[in-house]
Amino acid sequence: MIATEKTSLQTITIENVSRRGFLQGMFSAGAFVLCARIVPEPVWAATTGVPASVNASAFHPSIFVGIHTDGTVYIVAHRSEMGNGVRTSLPRILADELDADWSRVTVIQGDADEAYGSQDTDGSHSVREFFDVLREAGATARLMLVRAAAQQWGVPESQCVADPVHVVSDKSSSRKLGYGELAALAAKQPVPKKEELQFKSPQQWRYIGKPAPGYDVAEVCAGKPVFGMDVRVDGMLYAAIAHPPVLGGKVKAVDDSATLKVIGVKKTIAIDPFKPPHAFQPLGGVAVIADNTFAAFKGRKRLKIDWDNGSNAGYSSAEYKKELQQTARQPGKVVHSTGDPDAEFAKGGKIVEAEYFAPHLAHASMEPPVAVADVQGEKVTVWAPTQNPQGVQEEVAKALGLKKEDVVCHVTFLGGGFGRKSKPDYAVEAAVLSKETGKPVKVIWSREDDIKFDYYHSVAAMYMKAALDDSGKPKAWLQRSVFPPIGSTFDASANYGGDGEMSMGWNVVPFDVANFRSENGQATAHVRIGWLRSVANIYHAFAVQSFANELAYAANRDPYEYLMTLIGSARTLDVGPQGAPGINEKYPYDIGRLRRVAEIAAEKANWGKKKAGKGSGMGIAVHRSFFTYVATVVEVEVDDQGAIRIPHVYTALDAGVVVNPEMVRQQFEGAAVFGTSIARTGEITATGGAVDQSNFFDYQVARMNDAPRQLDIHIVESTAPPAGVGEPGVPPFVPALCNAVFAATGKRVRELPLTRNGFS
Amino acid sequence: MVHFKVNGRVQTFDGDPEMPLLWYLRDILGLTGTKFGCGMALCGACTVLQNGKAIRSCSKQMSTVEGLEITTIEGISANGPHAVQKAWAEVNVPQCGYCQPGQIMQAVSLLSSKPKPTDDDIDSGMAGNICRCGTYQRIRSAIKEAAKETA
Repeated sequence: MIATEKTSLQTITIENVSRRGFLQGMFSAGAFVLCARIVPEPVWAATTGVPASVNASAFHPSIFVGIHTDGTVYIVAHRSEMGNGVRTSLPRILADELDADWSRVTVIQGDADEAYGSQDTDGSHSVREFFDVLREAGATARLMLVRAAAQQWGVPESQCVADPVHVVSDKSSSRKLGYGELAALAAKQPVPKKEELQFKSPQQWRYIGKPAPGYDVAEVCAGKPVFGMDVRVDGMLYAAIAHPPVLGGKVKAVDDSATLKVIGVKKTIAIDPFKPPHAFQPLGGVAVIADNTFAAFKGRKRLKIDWDNGSNAGYSSAEYKKELQQTARQPGKVVHSTGDPDAEFAKGGKIVEAEYFAPHLAHASMEPPVAVADVQGEKVTVWAPTQNPQGVQEEVAKALGLKKEDVVCHVTFLGGGFGRKSKPDYAVEAAVLSKETGKPVKVIWSREDDIKFDYYHSVAAMYMKAALDDSGKPKAWLQRSVFPPIGSTFDASANYGGDGEMSMGWNVVPFDVANFRSENGQATAHVRIGWLRSVANIYHAFAVQSFANELAYAANRDPYEYLMTLIGSARTLDVGPQGAPGINEKYPYDIGRLRRVAEIAAEKANWGKKKAGKGSGMGIAVHRSFFTYVATVVEVEVDDQGAIRIPHVYTALDAGVVVNPEMVRQQFEGAAVFGTSIARTGEITATGGAVDQSNFFDYQVARMNDAPRQLDIHIVESTAPPAGVGEPGVPPFVPALCNAVFAATGKRVRELPLTRNGFS
Repeated sequence: MVHFKVNGRVQTFDGDPEMPLLWYLRDILGLTGTKFGCGMALCGACTVLQNGKAIRSCSKQMSTVEGLEITTIEGISANGPHAVQKAWAEVNVPQCGYCQPGQIMQAVSLLSSKPKPTDDDIDSGMAGNICRCGTYQRIRSAIKEAAKETA
């Protein structure tokens, strides 16, 4: 459920389905179509022993690549597009190995289908987990085209080559056959074995590593793509839902008489409260059904509901903060330990302690949750901006007592996701209401719904302690974090951080400290907790990288020089298990790569050349997450009133092989802005169990004038396996900014956001 | 009954006068390029042009549109991409793309009043439009590109 927990290696099985009946209407006669079934390797091992050939009738095949007789190449993007660029990067991996002409590629958005393997587009998984299987699919199709040409010409296969692009050439003559011309014959080829495939060397890559604009960019600029918010189905009704203000609350009584007088309102429908754990179930409440969105919103405003707020009504953020901080001051559950830090602390010397605190955050994607569902008897069709289409199938089926296969989920464009749209509660609401009304129903969440009823990024308290030797280097390091875990969403009794959360910058620190212990304390959740872009890395990196900066000042050293001393020499860090078997071998924690990004960021920023203080300064932080190494230097200017400007940000990253550097840049530019929102203003609080914030006036996110003015992103060339890029830019940004504020003003930020510290 | 123009075509409306223009455009006319983001004129996703000037359609009631000329993202795209849209594509501004129609309409309006905007003009002119993906740096570059084109 959490990013690193499901990190696994993937296996692909490809089938030639060119002549199957189900393709009729989609492809013309003679088209060449391959389907793929992708399974994580451990699942393979568990269910089948070895990756044997799949019984073709055993799965519903899903088209991965198809070549029309006119030469058009269709490639499925099986993951969700929410600004992460997967509709460009994934098809380009396949197109590269296929030697297809990118200008003749049409991208098809994949529906929910377990044949694709995981479609849950979170955890920065898309490229790193599907890079190898997409190459395999492309190489398979290419070899079949080559064999088709060899057969056509009656020459040996070795004489044929897919070159220059979109054609197979005969090396001994000048003849060429286009992919379209070869489609019908390729369709008759058996699927080659993996051992027969020839993969390109990195030097031969056409698209991988080369910058490309977004596949949909022109359409997007014309306002044409259909987001979830834009889905229109004949006869569709519109619904707005009054959710219980407190998690677990129920409707005691409702008066809908004023609502029913609103022009366009049809009726109201009660939605059952969830049965704990809440997981992805709807929150319950009262739905207003209308013939347009405005009528539904207006009708909802006129509902008079008496709520039973239930057991979370005592939740108050001010009190809760004290509880978390108290817990963090006490010994917790040991997450990881080396040496004997307590013995070093007992020896005395220079001891530094600090407490950090980071509040709840809301995702606030520009498109609030929205979904359309059409229930027809035992069959359901859902259109949703979802990061988790198979989750939509499962949850809708569960709620309506149907089978997963009876639910079709079409994935629309997503107006942002950031983890919120991995949770399909809003799609379930649409399905429940469609069943009740017998019509297609669109459920639209207002911004207030989005802010007040999110799956919140967790609030967290951290306690840090270090004993320094005479040179100022830590002999011992202790860190404790306390936060209500994501696990509480799936198990009401869960109150310790899960393995996934601990693996996010907490079980180890990338520092050369002989005596180290990390701990985690208990906390009970009172709101829905979920994952938000980079997840637990946010508060963990904030504490670790701020504390490292504090130690530099305690040791009277330059923060960058000190950080490099802390990181120590190039080596492989033992991090314990990082997910499925094989992951540690594929992605060792290479301190040398971390050093390199720090050196580059400092060099690009001209670290140490500008004098700090008097309202200007630089801060640095490093962090590895989703197997990507990142260093960020933030430059700030703070005026007498505490107003912060961010003239420049320098980020260096090593994400292994990069498929589309243009999109990687975009992700890291965006991460700096996302980090600016977190650091400056991001704070969700609750009073009496109900969330206090409601819209962009009291939950402020960075606007153009708040955002960094200049973002320099430096990508390190690497031959290591591809790592994640959507999230890793966020965690180091926040402490780098806070460290810069300290350099500029002498004021240490131990509690986020900056607005809590007299800054704006 | 109100009469007004959307993308050059005359429209009439006699429904709930409190209905915001946004929902009329989206739910009644089916022009879904204009987006819903906040409903309080705080984010700019719903930006359209009223007689050439950017307004927030989520906060413009249908009772107040009599005689107005409204232009949406679909309206500026009718004869091929507008200079601002071309610049947007050239700089590869969008990530998720949801806020971009509003950003583009705001930029069109900004450039019509300030054909050569400075960085500060752009910051203040675009501050009402939120992009949660964080495309601001590219938006600024694209506006400068478009300014060259339209000059």
